[in-house]
Amino acid sequence: MKKLLRYMKGYGKECVLGPLLKLAEATLELLVPYVIMKVVNVGIEQGDQAYIIRHTLLLVLMGFAGLVFSVSAQYFCAKAAVGFSSRIREVLFSHVQSLSYREIDSLGRSTLMTRLTSDVNQVQTGINLALRLFLRSPFIVFGAMILAFTIDVDAAVVFVVTIPVLSAVIFAIMLISIPLSKKVQSRLDAILSKTRENLSGVRMLRALCKEKSESEEFDQKNRELSRSQKFVGRITSLMNPLTFVIINVAIVILMQQGAVKVEHGVLTQGAVLALYNYMSQILVELVKLANLIINITKAVACGKRVESVLETSSSLSVSEEKELGDVASAVEFKNVVFRYGRGGAPALSDISFFARPGETIGLIGGTGSGKSTLVNLLCRFYDPESGVIYIDGQNVKSYDPEVLNHKIGIVPQKATLFRGTIASNLRFGKQDATEEDMMSALRDAQALSILEQKEDGLNAVVEQGGRNFSGGQRQRLTIARALIRKPSILIFDDSSSALDYATDLALRRALSALPYRPTIFLISQRAATLRHADRILVLDEGVLVGCGTHDDLYKTCDVYHEICQSQSKKA
Amino acid sequence: MSRKNKLSVTGLKKSLRYVANYWYAIVLTLLLAALTVGATLYVPILIGHAIDLMIGQGQVPLTDVASLLTRAVLVAAIGGASQWLMSLINHRITYHVVRDIRRDAFRKIQALPISYLDSHPIGDIVSRMITDVDQFSDGLLMGFTQLFTGVITIAATLVIMFVINPIIALVVVVLTPLSLFIANFIAKKTYRFFREQSTIRGEQTDYIHEMVENIKTVKAFSNEEHVIEGFKEVNSRLEKSSLQAIFFSSLINPTTRFVNAVVYAAVCGFGAIAAISAVISVGQLSMFLSYANQYTKPFNEISGVLAELQNALACAERIFAFLEEEEQIPEDADAVSLGTDGGTVTAENVFFSYTPDRKLIENFNLDVKRGQKIAIVGPTGCGKTTFINLLMRFYDVDQGRITVDGHDIRKVTRASLRAHYGMVLQETWLKHATVRENLKLGRPEATDEEMIDAAKKTHCHGFISRLDDGYDTIIGENGAELSGGQKQLLCIARAMISNPPMLILDEATSSIDTRTELRVQTAMKQLMEGRTSFVVAHRLSTIMEMDRILVMRNGNIIEQGTHDELMAKGGFYTTLYNSQFAE
Repeated sequence: MKKLLRYMKGYGKECVLGPLLKLAEATLELLVPYVIMKVVNVGIEQGDQAYIIRHTLLLVLMGFAGLVFSVSAQYFCAKAAVGFSSRIREVLFSHVQSLSYREIDSLGRSTLMTRLTSDVNQVQTGINLALRLFLRSPFIVFGAMILAFTIDVDAAVVFVVTIPVLSAVIFAIMLISIPLSKKVQSRLDAILSKTRENLSGVRMLRALCKEKSESEEFDQKNRELSRSQKFVGRITSLMNPLTFVIINVAIVILMQQGAVKVEHGVLTQGAVLALYNYMSQILVELVKLANLIINITKAVACGKRVESVLETSSSLSVSEEKELGDVASAVEFKNVVFRYGRGGAPALSDISFFARPGETIGLIGGTGSGKSTLVNLLCRFYDPESGVIYIDGQNVKSYDPEVLNHKIGIVPQKATLFRGTIASNLRFGKQDATEEDMMSALRDAQALSILEQKEDGLNAVVEQGGRNFSGGQRQRLTIARALIRKPSILIFDDSSSALDYATDLALRRALSALPYRPTIFLISQRAATLRHADRILVLDEGVLVGCGTHDDLYKTCDVYHEICQSQSKKA
Repeated sequence: MSRKNKLSVTGLKKSLRYVANYWYAIVLTLLLAALTVGATLYVPILIGHAIDLMIGQGQVPLTDVASLLTRAVLVAAIGGASQWLMSLINHRITYHVVRDIRRDAFRKIQALPISYLDSHPIGDIVSRMITDVDQFSDGLLMGFTQLFTGVITIAATLVIMFVINPIIALVVVVLTPLSLFIANFIAKKTYRFFREQSTIRGEQTDYIHEMVENIKTVKAFSNEEHVIEGFKEVNSRLEKSSLQAIFFSSLINPTTRFVNAVVYAAVCGFGAIAAISAVISVGQLSMFLSYANQYTKPFNEISGVLAELQNALACAERIFAFLEEEEQIPEDADAVSLGTDGGTVTAENVFFSYTPDRKLIENFNLDVKRGQKIAIVGPTGCGKTTFINLLMRFYDVDQGRITVDGHDIRKVTRASLRAHYGMVLQETWLKHATVRENLKLGRPEATDEEMIDAAKKTHCHGFISRLDDGYDTIIGENGAELSGGQKQLLCIARAMISNPPMLILDEATSSIDTRTELRVQTAMKQLMEGRTSFVVAHRLSTIMEMDRILVMRNGNIIEQGTHDELMAKGGFYTTLYNSQFAE
């Protein structure tokens, strides 16, 4: 948590004033029974009506002062908590953007989502509550005890015993019920996924006449849920009755002691009344305190998780020395080995090949053969375990990442667009793109017809993920997004599958006519798509088993031959 | 909003029907609530009496005090015990009611016609069964524990206060609603801030989702800075609105505390002055003070409960609306059960459409002999599933009839009709269970030998053996990960183990790699041997082998015949053949 608390800087004033004002309010609250004792002992005893009225007004005044204190305290606490958490969110988001693929893979995207949303919110709630209550609740509890000491030491002993007993009971019940509630939640989740599964497989289940057995399985899970709910209920039900009995026993002991002391003239009636009032006050605050501590533990746990993301840093560093390879190649792989996790079979083993500027290279292989991995290494999203990758004759490790990225235009497998407009999506590829740039990229990507169908042209709205466009339209827009950068290396990651034959052909023509002559990597599962490549690389389970033109490979490479066979229509 | 503010009467009535099953528990919890409240209120009275006896030095009747205090302990103990019991019973009633509702809802799903389930999103039904029922249960529980005790407490406190001193009682009664009024006022005013906060938060979550989900694309295009700028903008808006929402809503507590302080002071003032003239005793004053503290609590609780109940009943209404949906047409009492072998199917003058205003299948006739293989072809979205829906009687025909082995399928039990077919759909569905349970789903009594034999024939045995626990590996949702092709193969094996006389198959077009695809095809071929089969076909090689081809377009079956007949005809099939199948 320490590292996170750094971001509290600048909210020092709020963090001090908030709790202090809360403390002031609590002090006033603690004084109320004291004033009432005075009213009983002096006002009633001496029949002094003016005294009583004065003290009544004093009580009202104290209440009002308390209101002012606590309202300002709430403001400071809220400001500090909200400001702090919004800073953390920002720092975290920026940090996530700086991570490399390897860290993103190991942390997982859904985890990052949770860290950024609910975890930070939890931290916010925790900080807010902590600032508000962490001083106040203990202060009232212990303040009541201390004031009891000023009235009567024996009575104070009752407080000293009661407070830990009550705390123990409250905490024990809360601590026991939290893991149990988690269990209830997991049972509820089981019911939820059962229902979901049943609904998604309803045709199959009806076809197999499983209605009855499915219902029985559901009943079983439903009963389990109900049982664990009742079990938790049984434990949490203890809280109120137990504390009620404990506090009343304590009050009765106080009264018994008090009666004896009044008889001996040690205490007054008003003092006994004050003790009674103090005892009644502590219960509420103890429950609040217990809740607070649980909330803070949760917030700290969330905070630690956020922190651990912040502590992960990108594993890719830019090396100083400009190691040079064959300058005549646009891309060269030299004995590259790569694996995703630790251990396990390598995703790529000992890959060597080169591509000359302007060449079109095809990449083929089944699922999991390492095609996308090869592209990821080329873009330096990951570093290889061993071996070297050169782009334009320079080791990719020695490139400034931004410079490297600008050399490459990639059309990803999944054609997703970002929310915004067509123009904003194109600018994603090149921030300072002019309208002319956009139009020419769209033309080359065979995407002008999309523009014609939209009223707002370049400013046509793109919904989240681009779901208001068809698969083929999305595809062409992502191609335009890559083309607009005029990259020297253009990569299609299995991404022209949604295009029909005529469009595909037109696209291929446009690509070969590009004035800047990019080196093109075409990745596909289909041999037909790659037939026209200058060279085709055949991957099988991470091994480069063939490299050559279609005609060569068809004759010499078994894997390639088999792939072609399985795809020909006479199979 | 206006709808939400009203208590849902139908929701209430129908929930009561479920609750009524536990009427004896309700009676008991009511009695216990009265007992609990009585005890809670009686203890301060006893303590007050005790304080009254402590007049001064040498004037305290210690034995009387002791007996009062003993009684107080006893009453507190009874109060505690009855409160605990009440709470136990309330939990029991609530969770049982909820369990009953969920049970009925699940059975409802099993009995609803497929047409209903097709037209209602899964998420909606699940959310009714899980979230709505959960909220209903929260509301119900709160209602039971706090509504009864709250109402009884208010009534009893009022009575006691008025009996002891009407003037002070009046002070309390007049002033307390003020705090409720203020709390309500603030809550209403701050609602706007909360709504704004949650809108912006939703916007931010969407943004985070989009950018984290596509982070690799962001990085590939070096767009991090730009994306961070966008985030900062939403974040600063959220900060502002969160501060408002949190601050303004946190005003409720201090202000109600202030009102309570005023009530407290007033009781103290009036009470003390009354005590001077000995209208009330000091003990009674202490009791008033303690009541003044307590009296506002049930009001706050009840207003909370009512809000929660409103919500709960709105949820209940949604649940009951679902529970009352019309179920599928019940089977005739004299419905026949088909034998285990057979396999002739006819369609006679069949008319069918999902909605009356959009005609689909019209006057369709078909005659399939035992063991024949029928291909169903057509462009995507032409309604090939409609045909399956009719064969399996997921939907009923509008006119004409479909027969299996000479029986109209509407006069046959659903179970025996469906047991006649083995079905392999393109969207593979596996249960969250072991491989073994999944394979034997259609015929649980199948032996392991039969299962393994089928698995070998369908190319499943190899990869199953490589799974961590072989045939006992848990698959399905959250289970071991299988590729699309492997799932498809498992479904084929499942159909083979069921050993039905007829088949409905859907050829995969999803992007499984071509070598696996080949295996799926040979497995399907194995399965079709000797069985009447209906195949939704995409591959020319499959289509060519069929006895007859049904060509569908826009939901209707427009041509049928063999490949050669259809080619000779030069109709839609020929066009389709020239465009679709020729690569």
